[in-house]
Amino acid sequence: MALRQFFDRIEPHFEKGGRFERWYPLYEAADTIFYTPPTVTRSNAHVRDGIDLKRIMITVWFCVFPAMFFGMWNIGYQANTYLAEQGLAMDEGLRAAFISALAGNDPSSIWDNIIFGAAYFVPIYFVTFVVGGFWEVLFAMTRKHEVNEGFFVTSILFALILPPTTPLWQVALGISFGVVIAKEIFGGTGKNFLNPALTGRAFLYFAYPAQLSGAQVWTAVDGFSGATSLSVAASGGMEALKDHLTWFDAFWGFMQGSMGETSTAMILIGGAVLLIMKIASYRIVAGVLIGMIATSLLFNAVGSESNPMFGIPPHWHFVLGGFAFAMMFMATDPVSASMTNIGRWIFGIFIGVMTVLIRVVNPAFPEGVMLAILFANLFAPFIDHLVIQANIKRRQARVAV
Amino acid sequence: MEHYISLILQAVFVENLALAFFLGMCTFIAISKKVEAAVGLGIAVIVVLSISVPVNNLIYSYVLQDGALSWAGLPNVNLNFLGLLTYIGVIAALVQILEMFLDRYVPALYNALGVFLPLITVNCAILGASLFMVERNYNFSESVAYGFGAGIGWALAIIALAGIREKLKYSDVPAGLRGLGITFITVGLMSLGFMSFSGISL
Repeated sequence: MALRQFFDRIEPHFEKGGRFERWYPLYEAADTIFYTPPTVTRSNAHVRDGIDLKRIMITVWFCVFPAMFFGMWNIGYQANTYLAEQGLAMDEGLRAAFISALAGNDPSSIWDNIIFGAAYFVPIYFVTFVVGGFWEVLFAMTRKHEVNEGFFVTSILFALILPPTTPLWQVALGISFGVVIAKEIFGGTGKNFLNPALTGRAFLYFAYPAQLSGAQVWTAVDGFSGATSLSVAASGGMEALKDHLTWFDAFWGFMQGSMGETSTAMILIGGAVLLIMKIASYRIVAGVLIGMIATSLLFNAVGSESNPMFGIPPHWHFVLGGFAFAMMFMATDPVSASMTNIGRWIFGIFIGVMTVLIRVVNPAFPEGVMLAILFANLFAPFIDHLVIQANIKRRQARVAV
Repeated sequence: MEHYISLILQAVFVENLALAFFLGMCTFIAISKKVEAAVGLGIAVIVVLSISVPVNNLIYSYVLQDGALSWAGLPNVNLNFLGLLTYIGVIAALVQILEMFLDRYVPALYNALGVFLPLITVNCAILGASLFMVERNYNFSESVAYGFGAGIGWALAIIALAGIREKLKYSDVPAGLRGLGITFITVGLMSLGFMSFSGISL
């Protein structure tokens, strides 16, 4: 346990009065990555449970991995397929040099695809992590709070909901906005009211629509143009969608989209773990599903001559766009969602309804789930307030009898 | 009917007075510390808006508009320049009458609204709605729908803000941003959430 001894030896320098007192949050963060925190509950009554914020966050982080690896493969698969079809070579540059040093451009080879995807995903994730981590540590040091593992989750979720071709400076800007404005100025983890990853993404979306939406950004080859399945559905409806891809293609994730959101299957694997471990609230997830199914069935029944999105059935809404990813990983964020159990049902249903509503009715945005969650975040505290007031009233009535 | 429903929805969400036009900010920020107070103010705004916008509409189309006075034999008179002054006067008078009426006949509601009723006389969201009504040439029934919808939208926004601010009591905001600073940032982030409706044309 040389590592433990090393940490123990340098610890006095970081404690109060030590030479590096200012840097204590960094020391603490590094120490607790390798070891359990030494603090124990000091008061007498407490619940014995192995779970703490650290374990929750790391579990979520691991649960995103299936979607992340599939996403890397899919970036490579989409690009390599296109290159092979057109008989093109990769664009010049560092990334191409890296890819050709390690792998070829064969769309049927898993290795080639993953390396191609890694060349796009890893730099984005790296920038997210370094820039976001910089803000996190800076605030932790000046505000004297801990560096929290919640940032692992924020960073990976943020990186996975970007298109693979996002310029790196925009990545840095987006995560800065998300971490600083949406989280740190409210006091850090647990004290914000919006999901930081989504806020950063929404900020980028409205600030730089050209790089974050449209037909050119979803596959990492210059000059490629291919709309996401949702855009296809928005312009052509069910028939165009069926020509574009099969339901199982969409379910497994062989389609255009942000890096981590395409494969519903992989997301469900990670999400199932979260639900079984009771880290994600099943009430929110079920609520989102119910809201989405009910609203899309309603739109199907109403029908429309001019708007083909009215005809998209619920099982397609489920696999298209970022719905599954947002439902499992974004809506269930315990900080920005409602806190009460009944409130969670309402919150979830609200998100489901809003998602379909934005997708179908709003021509400006093909995808609605990101904005739907941000919108529901705004009303989450009020929903809680109503639930608590109703509870108080009910109990008062019981006492009066 | 459909036209009016879409008009209301548009006023509530797409053209939210507080979060899309940032009108009525002073009361919006001052009275949003507690949810109960915000609900009271929200209801007062709904009531006043759904009365004042239609009344101003009548005054505009029968007195102020170019040629509106033809029923009095003055077809060449254009009193448009009196618009701003008239609307404010009408709103102030209306609120006074409403207050006396409620005090006399519906004391429960009067007590619930309390100080908010006179307070919103000077709320720019109220005047703004009347001016939008003139600018967009709403007829009388449209102005009823618009006034009601605009009020609902403003009330919704302030109630959500109050909920968030109650939650933010547990936050640890840097000293320089406490109070108004963080509230402005919160309102900015809220309007980011309300962007989900921008672009909907009903």
